[in-house]
Amino acid sequence: MTPREIHLSSTRRLLLRSGVALALVPWMPARAAADDLPEIPAMTAFLAGRKPRLAAVRLTLPQLADNGQTVPMKVAVDGPFTPATRVTAINLFSESNPVPEMAAFEFPAFVERIEVESRVRLAASQRIVAVASLADGTLLASAAEVIVTIAGCMDGT
Amino acid sequence: MPDARITVPPSVARGKPFEVRIIVRHPMETGYRTDESGKSIPRNVIRTFTCRYNGDVVFSARMSSGIAANPYLRFFVTAKDSGQLAFEWVDDNGVRGSDSAAVTVV
Repeated sequence: MTPREIHLSSTRRLLLRSGVALALVPWMPARAAADDLPEIPAMTAFLAGRKPRLAAVRLTLPQLADNGQTVPMKVAVDGPFTPATRVTAINLFSESNPVPEMAAFEFPAFVERIEVESRVRLAASQRIVAVASLADGTLLASAAEVIVTIAGCMDGT
Repeated sequence: MPDARITVPPSVARGKPFEVRIIVRHPMETGYRTDESGKSIPRNVIRTFTCRYNGDVVFSARMSSGIAANPYLRFFVTAKDSGQLAFEWVDDNGVRGSDSAAVTVV
């Protein structure tokens, strides 16, 4: 091998390597975002430094919502619960709605099955977070991403 | 016409959770819309919703414009004694609505 050939092949290797790195770059932040909760100031204020565990809460919204005016939403928290560890509230936060505190559901009486279904309005494609508060102070959370085709509160009709 | 449609099972087992479904007739006006003359329509959404079971609050919701018009709620309540589920809600205009459903525990 002449020195010239060595030079060429190392450039090619470098190119290949940077290509692989470039392909990985957009994949990595997306992966990190799925594991984390979105930054919502109203939620940060509600949490007040507490860190919810990403477990037990199942927040279900369609991946694609044709109309943001009414989007089915279901949130459930997996038990079993005891009166000491029962769910007392579920708070719903929106990343992009003009009102980030979408709703809060409270359960003053013990119930084995924690499941709430409703229909929400979404102003844009965004992530929604459900935070469940337990009687012992534990916080559990889950996020769901929704792509909205027609925004929920911008129509002038 | 009634302001709400409520669905509860015809009979429920004591100590077990049962499903409650309710749709309240309400525009849940966001405050971001305008009428034909371009005047903005003031916000009017149901702020608080409460469900009482024989007098005790068993479920409540605080809502915003993020809940769709004619709010629908489905949740679970633990069956204790036969009696009544009483629902009450208040909107931004201070208008109160209420409705109730009978519960038969077997």
